Amino acid sequence: MIIEALIGVTFLAALVVMLAPDEYAGKLAFALSLLPVVGSLYMWAGFDAGGNALMAGSIAYETQLDWLTVAGYELQWFVGVDGISLPLVVLSTVLSSLAIVSAWTPIDTRQSQFYGLMLFMEANLLGVFTALDFFLWFVFWEAVLVPMYFLIGVWGGPRRKYAAIKFFVYTNIASLVMFIGFMALVFNLPISSFGLPEITQSLQAGELSGSVGLDPAALKLAAFAAMFAGFAVKVPVVPFHTWLPDAHVEAPTPVSVMLAGVLLKMGTYALLRFNFTMLPDVATRPLVATVIAAVAVVSVIYGAMLALAQQDLKRIVAYSSVSSMGYVILGLIAYTGLGIGGATFQMVAHGLISGLMFMAVGVIYNVTHTRMVGDMSGMADRMPITVGILVAGAFGYMGLPLMAGFAAEYFIFQGAFASTVIPSAPLFTAAAMFGIVIVAGYLLFAMQRTLFGEFSLETDYEVRRARFHDVAPLAVLLLCTIALGVAPDIFFEMITDAIEPVVAVVGGGA
Amino acid sequence: MEPVLMQADQLPTWTALAPALALAVTGLLVILLDSVEPDGSRPALLAGIATVGSLASLGLAGWFLSAGTGQMGTGGAIALFGDALVVDGMALFFQALFAAVTALVVVASYDYLHDHPHRAEFYSLMLFAATGMAVMAAANSLAVAFIALELASLPSYALVAFLKRDAGSVEAGLKYFLIGALSSSVFAFGISLVYAATGSLLLPDVYDALSGGVEGLTGVAAVGILMVAGGFAFKTASVPFHFWAPEAYEGAPAPVSAFLSSASKAAGFALAFRVFVVGFPLDAGIDWVLLFQVLAVVTMTLGNFAAATQEEVKRMLAYSSIGHAGYALIGLAAFSGGAGGDVLGASMAHLLVYGFMNTGAFLFVALAEHWDVGRTFDDYAGLASRAPMASVAMSVFMFSLAGLPPFGGFFSKYFLFMGAIDAGFWWLAAVGAINSALSLFYYSRVVKTLWLDDAVGEFELGSTPTALYAAIVFAAVATVLLLPGFGPVIETAQSVATTIVP
Repeated sequence: MIIEALIGVTFLAALVVMLAPDEYAGKLAFALSLLPVVGSLYMWAGFDAGGNALMAGSIAYETQLDWLTVAGYELQWFVGVDGISLPLVVLSTVLSSLAIVSAWTPIDTRQSQFYGLMLFMEANLLGVFTALDFFLWFVFWEAVLVPMYFLIGVWGGPRRKYAAIKFFVYTNIASLVMFIGFMALVFNLPISSFGLPEITQSLQAGELSGSVGLDPAALKLAAFAAMFAGFAVKVPVVPFHTWLPDAHVEAPTPVSVMLAGVLLKMGTYALLRFNFTMLPDVATRPLVATVIAAVAVVSVIYGAMLALAQQDLKRIVAYSSVSSMGYVILGLIAYTGLGIGGATFQMVAHGLISGLMFMAVGVIYNVTHTRMVGDMSGMADRMPITVGILVAGAFGYMGLPLMAGFAAEYFIFQGAFASTVIPSAPLFTAAAMFGIVIVAGYLLFAMQRTLFGEFSLETDYEVRRARFHDVAPLAVLLLCTIALGVAPDIFFEMITDAIEPVVAVVGGGA
Repeated sequence: MEPVLMQADQLPTWTALAPALALAVTGLLVILLDSVEPDGSRPALLAGIATVGSLASLGLAGWFLSAGTGQMGTGGAIALFGDALVVDGMALFFQALFAAVTALVVVASYDYLHDHPHRAEFYSLMLFAATGMAVMAAANSLAVAFIALELASLPSYALVAFLKRDAGSVEAGLKYFLIGALSSSVFAFGISLVYAATGSLLLPDVYDALSGGVEGLTGVAAVGILMVAGGFAFKTASVPFHFWAPEAYEGAPAPVSAFLSSASKAAGFALAFRVFVVGFPLDAGIDWVLLFQVLAVVTMTLGNFAAATQEEVKRMLAYSSIGHAGYALIGLAAFSGGAGGDVLGASMAHLLVYGFMNTGAFLFVALAEHWDVGRTFDDYAGLASRAPMASVAMSVFMFSLAGLPPFGGFFSKYFLFMGAIDAGFWWLAAVGAINSALSLFYYSRVVKTLWLDDAVGEFELGSTPTALYAAIVFAAVATVLLLPGFGPVIETAQSVATTIVP
C-alpha cells in the first residue's frame, strides 16, 4: 500500500497547501513534500522486484484491485514498480522538493496556488511512473497537463499564454494520437483487461488479430507509429520539439526544472514501456530502426546546434534537453543491455543535471534580471558558489567522468555501438558522439562570456549574493549527480535487471 | 441496503411513480403556500420546499433503483394504467438524473432570483417541468409521450421568458414557444400516422404490428416515424431542429438555461430511447438507425464548429450543448439490436455526467450574470483572481466537457465511443473523437480567459451568493468524483438499458 500512500499523501498535501495562507505556503509545501521523498526512499530501501514488470517479472509494492468492468473490459487500480520505474519515482519526489525550494525566491504572487499545483503535479507524476493499468496510467498522464498549463500560464514570462496553450494543445493532441494507436492494439487482442503486463504478454505470444482490412503486422506497425508520434512530442524529438523552448523560456524556474527534469522523461519512459517493450518486433525492423536512429541523431545534432545559436541562457539549457533526449532515443533503439539501460540511466541523470542547470540559471536571473549572454560577464566574481556549481553542472552535461552524465552517455554509446538492431550502428553512434563536441562548445562558450572575465552587468538591479535556500538545492543536485557518476550501480543494477528480459526478446547482447 | 423492498406485491404498484409524484406534489405545495401568503415574503421557505421535494424525488428514485424495482430480478417492469406507463430501471435512472439537476438548479436560483417578485411561480414551473420529464422517462404509449412532452415544454416556455422586463428573455421565450409548438404538431401528426398504420399507441403493440408488416401502409408508418423523430430532435436540440437552442439558452435566465440544456435534453433522449427501441423495429419501412447516424454526425459537427466561433460564453455553451446532443445520439445511431444495450447505456451515462458538468457550467454563467461581469469571453478575464473557487469549478466543467481524463466526462465519452466501436460503427466513434478534440479549443479558451488573462479595468464583484456557490461547487465535486465512481454508474446504465432492448 506504500504507493497508494505516496500518491494519496501528495494529493492531500496539494490540497492543504492550496488552502494555506500565502506566507507559509512555500515552507509548508516543502515540509509536506519531504513525506513522499521519505516514502520513495523507503521504497528504494525495501525494493525486491526482479525482471521487468511487463514481462512476467516480479513487481514490488504491487496492488491490483478491480475498478470497473465495461463492455467486457476490466479496468483496475493496478500499481507497482520495477527497476525501470523506481529510479524515476525517486527522481520525481526529490526533484519536486528541490524545485519547491527553488521557487521561494522567484514566486511572489498567489503562492499557495503555485505550490499546490506543484504538489498536484508531483502526485500525478508518481501515478504515471507506477500505474500498470493503461487506463489508470492514462488518467495520470493527462492529469499532469492541467497543472502544467496553469503553472506556465499564470506564473510564466511575458509570452506565457502563448507558451501555455501551445504546450497544452500540442501534447494533448499527441496523447489522442497515442491513445488511438494503443486502443487499436487492445481491441484486437483476445484479452479482457487493460493491464499492461497482460497486454504485453498477449502481444508477444502473437495473439494479435487483424482489423479494418489490416493484417496483424500492418496493424502493429500503424499502432507503433501512432504511439511513437504521440510520445515523440512529449520527449520531444525533432521535428516535434517546437513547443519545448517556448514552454521552457516562459515557465518560471521551478516549473522549467520539473518540465525538463521529469516531464520529458514521461515520454521516454512511455516509449520504453509501450513501443520498445510491447512491440519489439516492429522496432527492430531494419527500416523502422534506421528511421528511429536517424531521428535520434538528428535530435542530438540539431538540438545542440540550436543551443549553440541561442543568446538566452535558459534557451541554451532548453535546447540542450532536445539533444540529451536524442541520446536516450538512440540508447533505446539500440536494444542492448547497455543501450536501453544507459537510456534509462540517462533519464535520471539528465533529470538531475538539467534541473541543476535550470535552477542555476534561475538563481542568476533572480539577481541580475537578465538571462542574455551579451548582458553580463564575470558573474563568478560576485556569485562564486552559484557559478561554481553551475560550472560543475555544465561539466556534468558535457560528460565529465565521475559525473552521472558521463556514465549515462558512456553506457548509451557503448550499447549503441554494439547494436545489432540498428543497421550500420557504429556510423550512427559516431554521428551522435559528435554531439558531445557541440555541447561542450556551446556550454564553454556561454560560460566563458557570462561567468568569467571582468565583471559587468547591464541592469539596474543591485547584484547581491544568492541566499542559502537558493543555493542549497543546487548543492543537493550536484551531490546526487556526483554520487550517481561515482557509483552508477546505485540505480544501474536494478535497471539492468529490468532491461534484460526486453533485450532477450530480440536477442540483443549486453 | 435492504434487500428488494419495492416488489410489485409488497407496495401498491402506483407507488412506483413516487419519484414523479414527489415532484408534482412539491410543485403544488409551493403554489399553495404562495396563495396563502401571496407576497412571496418567505423566499427561503419556498426554495427550501422545492429543494427538499426534488431531493426526495432523487432519494426515491435512487432507492428504487438500488432495490431493483422494475428490473429483471424483481419481476420486470411495473406497468401502470393499462400499460401506458412503465416504471423500469431506465425510467428510474433518468428520474434520478432529472431530480438531481432540478435540485441543483433550484438551490442555485435562490440567489439569482433575489428581489424577484414571482419566486413561487418560478419554483413551481420548474417542478412541473421536471414532473413532465419524469413522466416522459416512463411513457410507454405515444399518447402519454405527447402529453408528458407538453407537460415538460409548457412550463419551460414560461421559464425562458421569466425575466419579463428583459427583452432578450421574452424574445427567447417566444422563439422557443413558436418552434416548440411547431415541432409538437409535427410530433402529434407523426403519432397519428403511426396510429393509422398500426392501430395502436402502446409501444409494444406498435412494435408487433410494424414487425408483422403493415399491408399497404408501410409508407405511412415510415413518414410517421420520421415525424416522431423530428419531435425528439426539437426536444434534444438536434439538427435540424436546433435553431431555437442558442437563442433560448442565451436569452433565458442562466439557471433556466442550465435546466433546459441538461435535464430537458436528457428527457428528450429518455423518451427517444424508449420510443424507438421499444416501439419501432429496425425494418419498419424506414431505417431509423441510419437516420440517427446522419443526425448524430451532423449535430455534433455543426454544434462544435458553431461553438468554436462564438464570442459570448453562454452562447458558446449553448452550441456546445448541441454538440453534446450529437454525442448522445450515438446511443441510437449505433443501435443494432442484440449488442445495442451497451452503447445505449453509455449514452445514458454520458447524459448523467453531462447533467452535472453542463449544469455547473451554466450556473457559473449565472454567477457571472449575478455579478454583472458581462457576457463575452473578454469580460471573464481575470475572474479567477476574484473568485478562485468558482473558477476552479468552472475549469473542472470545461475540461470535463472536453473529455479530458481526470474528470468524469472522459470516461463517459470513452465508453460512448467504445460502445460505438463495439457495435461496429468505428467511423461514428472517429467523428466523435475528432469533434471532441476540436471542442478542447473553445473549452480551454474559457479556462485561459479565467486564469491567464488580466482583467480589463477594476470591478467589484459584490456579495457572494452562497447558495449559487454551493451548487456550483457541488456540481464540480460530483464531476470529479464521477471518474473514480464511474463503475456503478455505467454498470447501472448498461444493465437498465439492456432491459428495454427487445
